[in-house]
Amino acid sequence: MKVDIVNLTKKFGGIIAVDSINLDIKDGEFVAFLGPSGCGKTTTLLMIAGIYKPTDGDILFDGKRVNNFPPKDRDIGMVFQSYALYPHMSVFQNLTYPLLIKKRPREEMKKEAQRVADMMGIGHLLKRRPGQLSGGQQQRVALGRALIKKPRLLLFDEPLSNLDARLRISMRGEIKKLQKDLGITSIYVTHDQIEALTMADRIAVIKDGVLQAYTDPEDLHDRPKTLFIAEFIGNPPMNLFDVEIKSEAGRVYANLGNGARLAIPESRKLKKLVEGKVKMGIRPQDIHAGSEDGISTEIALVEPMGRDDLIVSKVGNAEVHFLVDPIMKLRMGDRIKLRFDMEKSQFFDIKTELSLLWD
Amino acid sequence: MRFKIFFSRFVPYLLLIVVTLPIIIGYVWILISTFSTRTYGLLPVDKAGRPGGWTLSNWSFLSKPEIWMVTSNTFILASGLTIGVVVVSMMAGYALSRIKFPGRKAFLSLTLILHAFPTVTLLIAIYFVLRWISVIPVLGRGLPIIGGFGYNTLGGVILVSLALQLPLGIWLMKGFFDNVSWDMERAALIDGCSRFRTWREVMVPQIRPGIAALSIFSFIQGWGSFIIPYSYMVNANRATIATYLNNLLSETAPTNYSMVAAVGLFQLLPVLVFYIFTQKYLLSIFAGGVKGAA
Ligand SMILES: Nc1ncnc2c1ncn2[C@@H]1O[C@H](COP(=O)(O)OP(=O)(O)O)[C@@H](O)[C@H]1O
Ligand SMILES: [Mg+2]
Repeated sequence: MKVDIVNLTKKFGGIIAVDSINLDIKDGEFVAFLGPSGCGKTTTLLMIAGIYKPTDGDILFDGKRVNNFPPKDRDIGMVFQSYALYPHMSVFQNLTYPLLIKKRPREEMKKEAQRVADMMGIGHLLKRRPGQLSGGQQQRVALGRALIKKPRLLLFDEPLSNLDARLRISMRGEIKKLQKDLGITSIYVTHDQIEALTMADRIAVIKDGVLQAYTDPEDLHDRPKTLFIAEFIGNPPMNLFDVEIKSEAGRVYANLGNGARLAIPESRKLKKLVEGKVKMGIRPQDIHAGSEDGISTEIALVEPMGRDDLIVSKVGNAEVHFLVDPIMKLRMGDRIKLRFDMEKSQFFDIKTELSLLWD
Repeated sequence: MRFKIFFSRFVPYLLLIVVTLPIIIGYVWILISTFSTRTYGLLPVDKAGRPGGWTLSNWSFLSKPEIWMVTSNTFILASGLTIGVVVVSMMAGYALSRIKFPGRKAFLSLTLILHAFPTVTLLIAIYFVLRWISVIPVLGRGLPIIGGFGYNTLGGVILVSLALQLPLGIWLMKGFFDNVSWDMERAALIDGCSRFRTWREVMVPQIRPGIAALSIFSFIQGWGSFIIPYSYMVNANRATIATYLNNLLSETAPTNYSMVAAVGLFQLLPVLVFYIFTQKYLLSIFAGGVKGAA
């Protein structure tokens, strides 16, 4: 099912929780709403579900305005962070409750429960109560309950946040695969950028109720349109520091202070040439240590992160984070040379916080 | 070391025993005196003051049809009150917990103030209301079993008791509903329930301990109520066990305290039995949790 959201706004008294959001979701697409907690993701989702009435704007399902449809007429399934299973019913009753309400025959309920339970790997738990299941099992039941009526739109509200890290990773893959196999249009709300980046076809980044960007994960990662996106996306987070742009002998440099400067390549030509202070961003993995030439620096801190060591050091006036191979056995106080891969650098206007490279 | 453990276990019990002893002695005293002509302390004595004097005559009231009518009245009053309080409180509590409407806050504070109002101050006003209800055809005094809802009917007494009990019930039910997760309700709505069905099949089952507690509380309240049946039933001695008891105290001279004790015990017995079996639920009023709902 195709979903269109037009100027969607929600106010709670004085506060604007969702501020005029526009986006379209294609049939069968998996879209993530990504943003820090309190930014209005759940509110948006609940408006799509029909639980909240929009203050303004429209929600269209396959081109049809559904603003005034109650949840039961929207043909949706939803999975909650808290699982929201019915504790007084068995797993079987939980799974088949949507069918019971639709007055489906008992035979069909049994068949469908078995089908969904097998799909979710919970076939042996049908007689239990939710209270007798682990968190992961409960979330599978909740997912099964959302799927059993074959909805045309699936909504997820941080479904994995209450699970432990290992389970989260495996469930991530399962949900993604299930969604692709069944081809159900899905909206997945999360504050975890890794979930969004690994699962979604497109990501809507939301901050304070305002849509910041709506694009595919690669674009979001490589071409952040605002400073917020640059800060929010990527792990470890992007280095951001104030630099001064200066042209000299036909080349453009970013001065980091204390004589340290970096040449900006042709490919990163700024939209409008700003002479003066801008924000420069570069990801830790785009700074390479141990080359022959480059900017010399002293290591201030070494943080082992398993596969890499995260190093903190000072270049000019800026604190720089970068990754090195633990084999190099770098220690605090060692001096090394850094090469910045300026083909991957980002620039932002300090005032508007908009990218100087991308529209 | 052992002594210490012994001590830490023993002392609380000792304290509890000391504190509850007077109450227990009171009950034992009542029990003994219902089977005695007179008592001297805890000791049953006969008319001359010699030990002995066991008798069943205090329980002779059980053979009068009056007591059974009064008991059935009391039962109808307690049951009617319970059903009314629980049904209305469950619905009102849900609405106040979950639905936003103008005047919600004001209504909540108002019910709390009403609850704080001493019943006695309302007696005269309520009397006029009941007289007014009496003139309504059928509803006033033309209904079977409860008689109607007007003055001098059992239904009228139930109605008044209900109104006075509702603030507590509504607040209690609101509190229990407040503890049920919103997500569960939303899940039910998305699964296809109407609002009413969500309430009935998903929300109400979560607050069963609260419903049980409120039922028991209301039943006991109705069973022992005195001032309202006494004020609004003309034949007070024929209204409920409590008024019957009161009548016994004031109209026989000299008062036969042993018989009063017997009637009192008769009234107390169902409550005691009830209490023993349901104290688990009653405690949940004070714990206020939904944990045990599953
Ligand atoms: N029912 C409500 N009443 C009042 N304010 C609300 C309500 N629901 C959410 N909000 C407010 O709206 C904002 C967005 O909340 P929410 O959508 O839950 O954020 P998220 O899911 O992104 O963490 C928050 O500031 C929150 O306090
Ligand atoms: Mg949320």
